[in-house]
Amino acid sequence: MASSKLNKKVFDLKEASTTVKDLRITFDSGKTRSYEWKVSQLKALLELTEKHEKEIVEALYSDLSKSEAESFIQEVGMLKNSCKTALKELKHWMAPEKVKTSITTFPSSAEIVSEPFGVVLVISAWNYPFLLSLDPVIGAIAAGNAVVLKPSEIAPATSSLLAKLLGEYMDNSSIRVVEGAVDETSALLQQKWDKIFYTGNGRVARIVMAAAAKHLTPVVLELGGKSPVVVDSNINLQVAARRIIAGKWGCNNGQACISPDYIITTKDYAPKLVDALKTELEQFYGKNPLESKDLSRIVNSNHFDRLIRLLDDDKVSGKIVHGGEKDKSKLRISPTVLLDVPRDSLIMSEEIFGPLLPIITVDKLDESFDVINSAPKPLAAYIFTNNNKLKEQFVKTVSAGGLVINDTTIHLAVHTLPFGGVGESGVGAYHGKFSFDAFSHKKAVLYRSFFGDASIRYPPYTSTKTRLMKALMGGGFLAIIRALFGKS
Amino acid sequence: MNNNIGVEVEETVRDLRQYFKTGKTRSVTWRKNQLKALLNLIHENEDAISKALYQDLGKHPVEAYRDESNIPLVFFPAKGELLPEPLGVVLIFSSWNFPIMMALDPIIGAISAGNVVVIKPSEQAPACSSFLANILPHYLDPNAIKVIEGGGDVCEQVLLQKWDKIFFTGSPRVASIVMSSAARNLTPVTLELGGKCPAIFDYPSDFKMAVKRIVGAKWGVCSGQACIAIDYLLVEEKYSSELIELLKKFMRKFYGDNMMESKALSRIINKHHFERLCNLLKDPLVAASIVHGGSVDETNLFIEPTILLDPPLDAEIMTEEIFGPLLPVITVNKIQESIEFINSRPKPLAIYAFTKDATFKKKIVSETSSGSVTFNDTLVQFLCDTLPFGGVGQSGFGRYHGKYSFDTFSHEKAVLHRHLCLEIEPRYPPWSKFKLEFLRLAYRLNYFGLVLHMVLHMLGLKRHN
Repeated sequence: MASSKLNKKVFDLKEASTTVKDLRITFDSGKTRSYEWKVSQLKALLELTEKHEKEIVEALYSDLSKSEAESFIQEVGMLKNSCKTALKELKHWMAPEKVKTSITTFPSSAEIVSEPFGVVLVISAWNYPFLLSLDPVIGAIAAGNAVVLKPSEIAPATSSLLAKLLGEYMDNSSIRVVEGAVDETSALLQQKWDKIFYTGNGRVARIVMAAAAKHLTPVVLELGGKSPVVVDSNINLQVAARRIIAGKWGCNNGQACISPDYIITTKDYAPKLVDALKTELEQFYGKNPLESKDLSRIVNSNHFDRLIRLLDDDKVSGKIVHGGEKDKSKLRISPTVLLDVPRDSLIMSEEIFGPLLPIITVDKLDESFDVINSAPKPLAAYIFTNNNKLKEQFVKTVSAGGLVINDTTIHLAVHTLPFGGVGESGVGAYHGKFSFDAFSHKKAVLYRSFFGDASIRYPPYTSTKTRLMKALMGGGFLAIIRALFGKS
Repeated sequence: MNNNIGVEVEETVRDLRQYFKTGKTRSVTWRKNQLKALLNLIHENEDAISKALYQDLGKHPVEAYRDESNIPLVFFPAKGELLPEPLGVVLIFSSWNFPIMMALDPIIGAISAGNVVVIKPSEQAPACSSFLANILPHYLDPNAIKVIEGGGDVCEQVLLQKWDKIFFTGSPRVASIVMSSAARNLTPVTLELGGKCPAIFDYPSDFKMAVKRIVGAKWGVCSGQACIAIDYLLVEEKYSSELIELLKKFMRKFYGDNMMESKALSRIINKHHFERLCNLLKDPLVAASIVHGGSVDETNLFIEPTILLDPPLDAEIMTEEIFGPLLPVITVNKIQESIEFINSRPKPLAIYAFTKDATFKKKIVSETSSGSVTFNDTLVQFLCDTLPFGGVGQSGFGRYHGKYSFDTFSHEKAVLHRHLCLEIEPRYPPWSKFKLEFLRLAYRLNYFGLVLHMVLHMLGLKRHN
């Protein structure tokens, strides 16, 4: 409604500062640290997801033309599972971890206590705007923090739905949504946070980390990269092709951080792979994929233009072996496969984040590892092979956030695996207990008694004390006995 | 001049990266050999280490041995679905107060994780820096571990390079600069800082032993120039005079009647810090609160162990980390007030509490935040290898010691193995109501419902589009 937009307060530095101050007061009251509060908030998140699934799916359709199936499976379903896991495991996560102590601190007992950082900032992305906003928030709440969520303005329907629903269902004294774009984000980044969790791209991640550095704020940066797929011969090609398609076009039409970005296969095998992809693509999306309701659109004209530029590149335009159709009015590009694009083309130097899948070929598959390792470390890397030796080599030599053998993207759903990057693909990880840990400070607590004080600790230092100390610190039991008897 | 340093540093990093790529540092044998060599280095060079530490800090050899030569050996192989791998080329900044330990301790973590390392020792401890630069190449693989010496200009050039991890021990001011630099390359960092580490003094079961430990934890570690040294004491008003008398007694016992002559006390690292500490005492209200000590010797950079009783809380001595031999004793009405006092200040690296009250202990743990909490003792948390050592808030982030050292220099890579045989049709588009319902049931782990759903569908009893 027009009038409500006019009355909307500008979110400037003053507003940002007030928000943080308010949340800090709530946090200092200890409210967010209780098990009961955490459970109430996690249950509220679950409730709002279940009760408003239809609106969520509609918002995702509005922002991304995401199919109901994808919205349910990849956003709503995942988020519900994440909530349920947290509710189930919370008591166990919150329990202090007892640790062993050694002779150097005898007698003593020790434990590691998890405590919340305080007031944290979660900045979310546009491609999975529901999941990537609330999944980190689950971790923040489970760990007992107060949270500000800044959803992406590039997915405005979801952003505004999140603001509305969290406002209605969650404890507003400790959980807030701030909508907006660059100005609002900058105002937020100038505040002192106890932790910042950012999902997005490398360029903005640098800005976030630099802002965090001013306050020595620890960060988690969930970024992306060019996730490669190595395809061997002698495999079940139909299944492999389906899994590649599911991970590429089945994930927001390739606009996902762990979507297969490009394929590496042998020169001999490439034609077979291309055929398999063509066949399965038609099965999935029909003869006219530009019209398929099962494919998300390109999010906006900026990204549309960016992707077209990748295709219009002289070095690349002749390499299209499938697809290449586009419709700017509907922001649609059909699933496109390219073969043998030059390694120095634009499409091979930046993260594609769209429905274009280049295949590069090598003579022998071992060469693929060098290709991958000569580029920045991606968030994920995939290999399809039945050759155990190749699997081993892949796992050993390819560095990425996560690896999957004989599938794509699915490791995202395994909550016992940490999900995060390395190098350019990010810092830190989350999912399952890793989310709780990402938002917790692990405090070391040592309980000592007064029994058994060793005078050797104190000056004046004598040679006897020195001998005894050396023995105690590294010599083992026999050495201690010898030292006591005056031998070194 | 900067250009030359810059070129040299760039070359060093390039060489290291090349060496890392050969994969040599990833072998178990290589790592074990390096760690053994490090142990030998320490055993065979105890005297030289003592000498260097004495030169830089006037450290007593026993203190030096206790604090700098105890190196834990650490190596953990990979297993299962989480594969630790080295980050690559790592940079370690060590501090000036424990110049050997703060260099070697992180190096051990970096090597056990399979990385190549550049260590940049603090230029404020030049004898130790030299020692490391000369001795490390003789024991460790010089292609994999390099020492870069120098001051601010060298640090600047070093920070211009792309590192896969930076491990920094030092002050918050410099930490912020290091992290800002790291941000340019999204380099993960561990920042081991400090803070005003308080010691809460409730009436404990053994008053004497507690005081002994306090004295040892203030002046017995580099004359208070340690990140986990006790910065200030909190005590109930009615016990303050007894506490101070006992403090004086043990100080005299450890350091003699003429403390200015004691060989068991380190001196202040340099003129800059000496002046900084003297300035803390210049405020007339602060000077008036001195109840013991206060003498300074500018020639020898020596400051007498000094106790102050209730200096003004807004004076610099109570707002900045002291990092020196001055101990403010702050009185409160009830010892429980300590919690609020501590919470109104930045989070410290360590909180010490001498108490036998179990409820109070619980409150301290749950209501304050710090890197660590130690009850009825001081400093020993540093020796406990099973405890993570690191800060929170202004005292830093990240941690090390024991396995945490290995972890801090590793990337934990998730690996998922799947088979190409097992297939679930409903995974793929085109989506239909049948598939959607299947997935909903699967998500809810409703196996019975799933089977029923499939059976009914097969029998044609359920209509779907």
